[in-house]
Amino acid sequence: MRKKMALLVSLVAAVMISATNVVAGEVEVLHWWTSGGEAAAVQELQKMLEKEGHVWKDFAVAGGGGSAAMTTLKSRAVGGNPPTAAQVKGPQIQDWADLGVLTSLDSVAKAEGWDTTVPKVVSDVMKYDGSWVAVPVNVHRINWMWLNKSVFDKNGIAYPKTWDEFFMAMDKLQKAGVTPIAWGGQNWQEATVWETIVAGVGGNDFYKKALVEADIAALKSDTMVQCFEVMKKMKQYTDASAPGRDWNLATAMVIKGEAAVQFMGDWAKGEFTAAGKKPGTDYDAVPAPGTDDAFLFNIDSFIMFDVKDADAKKAQSAMARLILSPAFQTVFNVNKGSIPVRSGIAEDPFDMIAVSAMGDFTDTAKSGGLMPSMAHEMAVSPAIRGAMFDVVTNFYNSDMSAADATMKLAAAVEEAKM
Amino acid sequence: MQSAERSYNPLTILENALPKLVVAPSFIAMMVFIYGFILWTVYISMSKSTFLPNYDFVGLVQYVKLWKIDRWYVACKNLLIYGGLFIGFCTVFGLLLAIFLDQKIRLEGAIRSIYLYPLSLSFVVTGTAWRWMLNPGLGLERLVREMGWESFSFDWLVNADMAIYTVVIAAVWQSTGFVMAMFLAGLRGIDSSIIKAAQVDGASLPRIYWKIIIPSLRPVFFGAFIILTHIAIKSFDLVVVLTRGGPGYSTDLPATFMYEYAFTRGRLALGASSATMMFMMVMALIVPYLYSELRSKKNG
Repeated sequence: MRKKMALLVSLVAAVMISATNVVAGEVEVLHWWTSGGEAAAVQELQKMLEKEGHVWKDFAVAGGGGSAAMTTLKSRAVGGNPPTAAQVKGPQIQDWADLGVLTSLDSVAKAEGWDTTVPKVVSDVMKYDGSWVAVPVNVHRINWMWLNKSVFDKNGIAYPKTWDEFFMAMDKLQKAGVTPIAWGGQNWQEATVWETIVAGVGGNDFYKKALVEADIAALKSDTMVQCFEVMKKMKQYTDASAPGRDWNLATAMVIKGEAAVQFMGDWAKGEFTAAGKKPGTDYDAVPAPGTDDAFLFNIDSFIMFDVKDADAKKAQSAMARLILSPAFQTVFNVNKGSIPVRSGIAEDPFDMIAVSAMGDFTDTAKSGGLMPSMAHEMAVSPAIRGAMFDVVTNFYNSDMSAADATMKLAAAVEEAKM
Repeated sequence: MQSAERSYNPLTILENALPKLVVAPSFIAMMVFIYGFILWTVYISMSKSTFLPNYDFVGLVQYVKLWKIDRWYVACKNLLIYGGLFIGFCTVFGLLLAIFLDQKIRLEGAIRSIYLYPLSLSFVVTGTAWRWMLNPGLGLERLVREMGWESFSFDWLVNADMAIYTVVIAAVWQSTGFVMAMFLAGLRGIDSSIIKAAQVDGASLPRIYWKIIIPSLRPVFFGAFIILTHIAIKSFDLVVVLTRGGPGYSTDLPATFMYEYAFTRGRLALGASSATMMFMMVMALIVPYLYSELRSKKNG
């Protein structure tokens, strides 16, 4: 009798297991999170999906800051066999939606209340024709200035708040024999510094006109000339080996105290942490001069392709729901060094820099200072972004005048718009 | 009667057709994947394509745009400088090394391997090594300064006007050995009786080289030129690794330009038009040379 009972129990269990298998759908996810912390962070999503009985098919394509992944995605999509979800960001979401290959996530969004938890500036990027087609994952702040605390303390210099204070501090540091600015001479890093200057010198409204709307009048304006002048002025405070330097090597200069400051997004924190440095005692991060009320964001997101299979569709909705769930937002962003994209997440697990960014994220979302980063593919189309990169990097690395650069910038953007 | 009998025999039919059958797959593959895609690229260059292919025909608009972009001029100018110097230096150094090695010296095999060895490296390795050596804060400049020459300066890699010459240095270092090997093989193939006859006639050694040996190496020059030209035009990896096209975009080449526009900026049509221009550059150089070389051989 007991034997029979046991058999029955195991049979029921077997049926239940197979039942969950039937419900389970497969999601094939294309992404380029392959390095240490990022890979660990994305595995959390995989675990959560598998806990719900779905199957995760990993499709990681490393290299080129995502450009290799984009090339793969294009060939898969052109071949009529796109993955279920793909890591695509910024205005490119609209390009994919234009092709009519994406699925609407409105039902998940409504059930989960995304419209109330995610700031409107962010959801505008994720929506096409008013309906959600992409899920935001995390937020990086771009306009940070990373400082080596002991270098500033030793020379008796306070952290600069304005560009005048900044250049005075740089003068003092140079006399003290440190390289004042750790500069990474690659076009995207130069564009990162440049857009920070545009927000700091021109202010939020000017930034939006020039780098989000790509307004030709703003690009040609005297304010833009000033921005270029500030950028060129920085060059005398950098070292000769800067051209071609990777961002993490520039961060290492600040960590070792060879250099005093670096302008970089908050992924630089990972380098400090890996070197065993503590925020507030060894290093600090403050918003770049003049950008206290600005938050330039870089947001990773997943677009979801229209799949026919009903089970796959279920798995797809589950993935979208899980990405914005508080549990995943916390574990992912703590691992990756970014901050959650939605409100209502407890601050305790995050470090002090992330906590201050989370506060600024909420505040700037209300004040209008929350703005997409141009350099990190959030604001303008790849063609316009490329045109801006060319002018900025050519200006910085030649003896072109700021006025000429401004005219060239306007002309190049106009050409790329056509 | 005999021929009719042959064509009815299935075995002989097979025997006649076999070579064609065996070659056919690779022939078809080549037609599609090389020539077919050249035509496809040319068509795309005249389309409205942005980040995905689009087949709406717009004519030569993309070419007009291309020739308005500053960066494209920089890339073309760099190709002229880089290609010219690279082919020139490789040929001259390769020939000199081959002539020196041909003097029946000791340890010839070892020395030959040393010069040939860089060829076994990929351009990625060459680029990385030279990037470190030419970096003012890491390599040569720092070394010389630490040895006591404080004012020594060698900052070509980070100087926008000179950076393209560092690409030439690295490429010449890598490819000279290969050209040397080609010339050495050519030198070994020259009939020694001609040289002996010239010596008997009292010709000096430089004169023998200038008037007899170098002219008879003409086919080797031809081979070296073709190989070096296509290495120069398709150069991509070396620039990407050595300078990343920088400082700014001062070391951009047409190949890096094409990749950037077609694959990272969503301007496939413009990228395709630059690729077509590169293709025409190769044709403009190679075809006349090929024609004159092959015709003179037929006449000779």
